[in-house]
Amino acid sequence: MRPMAGKTLYDKIWDAHVVAQESPDGQDGEAILYIDLHLIHEVTSPQAFAGLRAHRRPVRRPDRTLAVADHNIPTVGQGLGVAAVADEEARLQLQMLEKNVAENGIEFFPMGDVRNGIVHVVGPEQGRTQPGMTIVCGDSHTSTHGAFGALAHGIGTSEVEHVLATQTLRQRKSKNMRVVIDGTPAPGVGAKDFALAMIGEIGTNGGAGYVIEYAGEAIRALSMEGRMTLCNLTIEGGARAGLVAPDETTFDYLRGRPAAPKGGAWEMALGYWKSFFSDPDAQFDREIRLDAATIAPLVTWGTSPEDVVAVTGAVPAPDSFAHPDKRASAERALDYMGLAGGQPIADARIDVVFIGSCTNSRIEDLRAAAAIVEGRQVAAGVRAMVVPGSGLVREQAESEGLDEIFTAAGFEWREPGCSMCLAMNPDKLMPGQRCASTSNRNFEGRQGRGGRTHLMSPAMAAAAAIAGHIADVRDFLR
Amino acid sequence: MQPFIRLDAKVAPLPLANIDTDQIIPKQFLKTVEREGLAKGLFYDLRFDAEGREKPDFVLNRPEYKGAGVLVTGDNFGCGSSREHAPWALMDFGVRCVVSTSFAEIFYSNCFQNGLLPVVLEADEVQQLMDEAKGGNHVVTVDLEAQTVVSPSGRTFRFEIDPQRKQKMLNGLDPIGETLQAAGAIDLYEMKRALTQPWLEDA
Ligand code: SF4
Repeated sequence: MRPMAGKTLYDKIWDAHVVAQESPDGQDGEAILYIDLHLIHEVTSPQAFAGLRAHRRPVRRPDRTLAVADHNIPTVGQGLGVAAVADEEARLQLQMLEKNVAENGIEFFPMGDVRNGIVHVVGPEQGRTQPGMTIVCGDSHTSTHGAFGALAHGIGTSEVEHVLATQTLRQRKSKNMRVVIDGTPAPGVGAKDFALAMIGEIGTNGGAGYVIEYAGEAIRALSMEGRMTLCNLTIEGGARAGLVAPDETTFDYLRGRPAAPKGGAWEMALGYWKSFFSDPDAQFDREIRLDAATIAPLVTWGTSPEDVVAVTGAVPAPDSFAHPDKRASAERALDYMGLAGGQPIADARIDVVFIGSCTNSRIEDLRAAAAIVEGRQVAAGVRAMVVPGSGLVREQAESEGLDEIFTAAGFEWREPGCSMCLAMNPDKLMPGQRCASTSNRNFEGRQGRGGRTHLMSPAMAAAAAIAGHIADVRDFLR
Repeated sequence: MQPFIRLDAKVAPLPLANIDTDQIIPKQFLKTVEREGLAKGLFYDLRFDAEGREKPDFVLNRPEYKGAGVLVTGDNFGCGSSREHAPWALMDFGVRCVVSTSFAEIFYSNCFQNGLLPVVLEADEVQQLMDEAKGGNHVVTVDLEAQTVVSPSGRTFRFEIDPQRKQKMLNGLDPIGETLQAAGAIDLYEMKRALTQPWLEDA
């Protein structure tokens, strides 16, 4: 008799949350999965609350729900309050959120509150995000929270309504993929490069149908910030979620956070959290291995996160793609990006530098960028900005003097929010402007109509700001 | 949710891969608090130039494709943001079915919340449909019951779909109402959890 294979981390979290499993024809169909934490924000929630009202349905667990205002808020003058937001539609959305959370007794960090910020920065920072949880939010980068060994993914607004009403979600189980990254990365190479390397390898749809667990010594060596960057970008590889098994790094991060358990409850929670790991004999449906030592600092050249190239490399020629669709896409991307096949990527002159977004706006990201910027000047003609992920990150950075390093170099030091990651607020690229960005999407128009985005790590973006063109961070290390 | 049973409609070809939700409905249209009225923003940057004039050669602006109910597109349609505004905008514009070789997961599941049918076909079948959609006759029949798409020239392509999702789409069921029937099981789950993970109750 074949012994039963062990369970993966994903299997364990899944099994711990199944409220009911439908199995038509003996096949596993939809499961009703309990949701431990529901994060909401102003853009994808108004229609969900309207739906609840229309059906006279209450919010089942307001205490398991947390709201922030992040997507469309301005990144200056937040202290003036929502009434001062110039964009009328954005203001209406923010006011609607205030009303909805007040009516339903949901905890909310309003714009200007030091605890407010990008939803995926705030959840972990408050200790709301914990190992073994299921976490959802009407935002695709909810995958970020997987860094804690929580099953976390984005949902649509109808599902937001479903979770508000039932504290559950109807889900089908995904397959298991493991991405093992061993080896030691070169100085200047980190989690952002790991993620871009992986997406370059599997493609933007390569993870479809899977939950990815990251393992290997290079992952264990990452800080929580680095793990969050990696899990954040997992959605750009098409996977449902990314996971890193919790370990001492995770527990050290959580200890003492406002919503983390305290005293005896902490010990009890710790025992529970430690049960979340993949058994040694667990089976993965697909496995990918990368060697951190061979990963160079990466940047994107095109309009899809899979369009990656080493900073020392050249923009690929469309002819180099065998598949006609890929060739056509590359031609279109190069035309949009204003680049020619064969040109060294480091030749690309930049107009704007954006250090921010839920991918890279945590304290460690700002420290990495500041280390490159310190004592140097932003190149003439470049607009460079830093948008911390939350008010608390901003405060921490100021207490370390990072704001002074940035402003002395010519960076703008702004207030927290999604900002130019998706340009729903006033921070936008102008048509044709080229941006070195630490965000997660380089789609056409993502950072402003006609704007050209090159994704890279915070240290690389800092190097680009100083050089005035895409530059190899390794030339700036001290 | 609007049920989807069978549809006879014009099919419009959009032969691009990785059409993301930012392209389907750009962010400036996300500031609405309504589900309706999003048709005006559908494929905005593809449909309109910088001055807001219609681009005459974009497929959905061409007179022969006016009122298209089916879209046939390249790989990985709907990738990117989780915004449900993407299926809302497509529906508001009159599109009830999108055919591709693959869809991004969140978009795919959002479609089923709204009665927009995502159909996955093989690459050569999508190509065939794309070619026929460019011809003079470009009316297709999509039959969810039979799980088929009949091309303008009469070729029949069968597609796979999860049987539960199919039933719900055919009947236009309200998933929340359905889940609330399991309220007893949710209560029980919460009671157990309050004992095993009491720290989550204090938050
Ligand atoms: S920072 Fe960007 S990716 Fe992250 S939640 Fe905000 S808009 Fe989405």
